Amino acid sequence: MTPPLLEARGLNKRFGAVVAAADLQVDLAAGERVSLIGSNGAGKTTLVNMITGYLKPDEGQILLEGRDITPLAPRAITRLGVARSFQIPQLCGDLTVLDNMLVANACHDPGLSFWKPARRAETIARAEALLERFRLQEHRHRRGAELPGGVRKLLDIAMALSAEPRLLLLDEPTSGVAAEEKFPMMDTIMGGLADAHMTVLFVEHDMDIVERYASRVIAFYAGRIIADGAPGEALASADVRRYVTGELIAE
Amino acid sequence: MGTPSSVPVPAGVAPGGLFASPGVRHAAAALGAFALLALVGSFAPKWLTFLLTMAAGNGLVSLGIVGLMRGGVVPFGQGMVFAIGGYAAALIYNRLGFTDAIGLALAGGIAAVLIAAPFAPLLSRYRGIFFAMLTLALSMVTYGLLMKLETFGGSDGFNLGRPTLLGQKLPDDRVGFILFLVTVGFAVVMAALARIYFDSTRGLVTLATRENELRVEYLGGSVRQAMAINFVLAAFCGGLGGALVVMALGHIEPTFSFWTTSGEFVFVAILAGWHSVVAVFVASTVLEVVRSFSSSYFPNTWQLALGVFLLLVIRFLPKGIGSLWHRERR
Repeated sequence: MTPPLLEARGLNKRFGAVVAAADLQVDLAAGERVSLIGSNGAGKTTLVNMITGYLKPDEGQILLEGRDITPLAPRAITRLGVARSFQIPQLCGDLTVLDNMLVANACHDPGLSFWKPARRAETIARAEALLERFRLQEHRHRRGAELPGGVRKLLDIAMALSAEPRLLLLDEPTSGVAAEEKFPMMDTIMGGLADAHMTVLFVEHDMDIVERYASRVIAFYAGRIIADGAPGEALASADVRRYVTGELIAE
Repeated sequence: MGTPSSVPVPAGVAPGGLFASPGVRHAAAALGAFALLALVGSFAPKWLTFLLTMAAGNGLVSLGIVGLMRGGVVPFGQGMVFAIGGYAAALIYNRLGFTDAIGLALAGGIAAVLIAAPFAPLLSRYRGIFFAMLTLALSMVTYGLLMKLETFGGSDGFNLGRPTLLGQKLPDDRVGFILFLVTVGFAVVMAALARIYFDSTRGLVTLATRENELRVEYLGGSVRQAMAINFVLAAFCGGLGGALVVMALGHIEPTFSFWTTSGEFVFVAILAGWHSVVAVFVASTVLEVVRSFSSSYFPNTWQLALGVFLLLVIRFLPKGIGSLWHRERR
């Protein structure tokens, strides 16, 4: 049996009296498309932040292919093959789209140089290839701050992908995007994730998106996992219907 | 706007030939600039070559500040490295008898790096006003020590004799011009190296740090490493500038490390902006010109003239005078 790509063991995290994570146990296999669902404050982004090193759990361990990454800094975790996008896209607003991609290339370049030009044929070709995968070529010379919301999201994800991660975490990739653009945007994102073995974990509130793009759903409530399984199974559970989708409130 | 989509030509890379490499182009530009300035200096009156020498030497300090500004921080204490470079050159000259101008200049830069480098890890943790105040504090501590320590001449400082060049004594009638050539030579070399560094992968990461530190960290880059490196490079520039200015002046004193001296370097950096290295030396020359002429004709109001000039630049050229000719890369 193939060992899991990522294992989270007994993760606990509190912010004062607020329980953000309570004894979380999560295994992620290579190639899975996992959606984290739950109401605001349920613990989804807390898990993402702990996996990426932004937050340290009060207790518990996170293992990446058996290696304990719990105490590592975010950039060290990134260099091990974990990348993320943000709910509010984190771009370099004064730089162009192309330069943002070049920054992404440069940051994970082990041979960061004092003299090699950042803008040279091979780096630009690589950046352009990623822009093409996410249909961002037409925006290449626009400044990050000038971009519309959906384009900013796509660029944020493309930048995360430049490191060719094994685990990609997307924090609400369609939030702030107009309803009619969500599916095309997810089609673009999933189409851009060409590597079939890349594990994708995405936080999402739109259950239609979850049903269509996730192979597995993990539902959260008050820092605990209340469901974990295939979309049809998880979304049908009573706890999910009560605490996440709100379908059972009236009953 | 926009390049042909079929074969994108990278900005700054010519299709081919001798000048295909950016490094070669910058070296050629530096050589051309040096030749032009040497020609100007050979015909210019002595007061002008001295003014340009001071502008080039002081401009080196501001060049280091621009490197830090590209990362989003502004140091208010570069007087410290300026003084360290100057004192190192003067002490080596007087105590060790080593008199070569090029060697003294490099020694000034290295001394500044050796003393500033231990502070780099600390300073790389801070931003904004905290970074500015910490660097200011370091420079004022340096000033205080220099004032107190009689071994360094105390408040009077001490003099530096005439340097030599490559084993040759400098003739009386050409010493100013030769020091001008040495200073300008270092300035064009450092300007070319700075341009190469700013355009490098590390230089781009520095710009990204200014824009969004969080993103840099989550892309695998190290913000603190970038800031620490820029601080050390700025120290070298400052120490180099200090040594060259001391050789031109023939005297060193603690005011090199005073906060008003540091403020002038920041003024030049803001005036220049962080887009163009040439603008740094243009701005430094502007400051020297305003200082010289105002001191002669408006002795009590030259700071007023400088302040008004800075206000006009900030209002109408907020990105500095370098933005007049800098083009956004495509």
